[in-house]
Amino acid sequence: MKPRHKKIAIIAASVTALTFAAILVLNVFQSNLVFFFSPSQVVAKEAPIGKNFRIGGIVEEGSLKRQGSSTTVNFAVTDTAETIKVVYTGILPDLFKEGKGVVAQGKIAEDGIFYADEVLAKHDENYMPPEAASALEQAAKAQKASLVQ
Amino acid sequence: MSINWYKYASPASFYFLAGKMIPYFSIAAIALLIVGLYIGFFVAPTDFQQGEAYRIIFIHVPAAWMSMFLYVVMAFWAGVGLAFNTRLSSMMATAIAPTGAMFTFIALWTGAWWGKPMWGTWWVWDARLTSELILFFLYIGFMSLQAAIDDPRRADKAGAIIALVGVVNIPIIYFSVQWWNTLHQGASVSIAQSPKMATAMLAGMLVMALAAWMYSIAMILMRARTIILERERHTAWVAELKGMTR
Repeated sequence: MKPRHKKIAIIAASVTALTFAAILVLNVFQSNLVFFFSPSQVVAKEAPIGKNFRIGGIVEEGSLKRQGSSTTVNFAVTDTAETIKVVYTGILPDLFKEGKGVVAQGKIAEDGIFYADEVLAKHDENYMPPEAASALEQAAKAQKASLVQ
Repeated sequence: MSINWYKYASPASFYFLAGKMIPYFSIAAIALLIVGLYIGFFVAPTDFQQGEAYRIIFIHVPAAWMSMFLYVVMAFWAGVGLAFNTRLSSMMATAIAPTGAMFTFIALWTGAWWGKPMWGTWWVWDARLTSELILFFLYIGFMSLQAAIDDPRRADKAGAIIALVGVVNIPIIYFSVQWWNTLHQGASVSIAQSPKMATAMLAGMLVMALAAWMYSIAMILMRARTIILERERHTAWVAELKGMTR
């Protein structure tokens, strides 16, 4: 082996070893890298109950209710399998909407309600003009209607 | 006709070749930037959920792509320099770092500006944002380490080790949105799937990405020329060059 080839081999081996080490480390810290828990994980008690954590999912359709003229809102976060009720006082982000993604930070109380002190909107990776979005919605509705018949 | 590629591994011939190429890449960068911004601001439609605010994507995504790609190229040249002891490869790595760091900073900064109105926060410690911040520190670390060592050959070697170790971070940034729950959404454009964007939006983003490529090449060649002159200042050809300009 020429010294030059030896050097390349050493570099390649080191990078491979490092990558492997990084994969192992990331695997160990998997649970700490989770930014939010889904309602199913919360119900399965995988989330740190009694501590602050984040919950993420979709704002359930028809669940958003304002309490009088205050900024306190009630809504439910769902992952279609499980649903968690959330109470939050404060300003909601512009993109916060029923049927859209949300990430809330707070604590779950003994009554099973999640008291949030921060609510963030999580949008998806689709970008299109409003006309295209409404056309898609119409198509989905038509498909639903034909399935019902 | 066969081209002697090894000729351009010599800093002297590369200096003149780079000098000839810079104007073309600069002009291409400006032209593509104008076309890209025009598509971004006037042709691309308003988004159905984010309204006009999504238009920051035309800066944010090309900058983020460039930040990751330039790091890989930097690590590649640093590695080649370490393995083959070729001076020019290490100089290229040194020349790439500031441009890479700049694009990383732009990606982070525009991301914060985008996050505040859309998500409701400037910053969160999710896997995507955190790993991109680590990328910024890797660039800064590479540059400061090189600046701290006086002997350029030793600086090249030390820098190469940081650069190669940091490569591990690139797939982490890219796949973070798939591997973990993040506030940052998934990729709109990937090789495996059809793009999840309207055509005009995608066109604007790709033209801006090309503009970023051309800008980076022009800028890196310019910086490489300066580094070559500085490191070869004791050689005959630089002395001759000085005599010519006088």
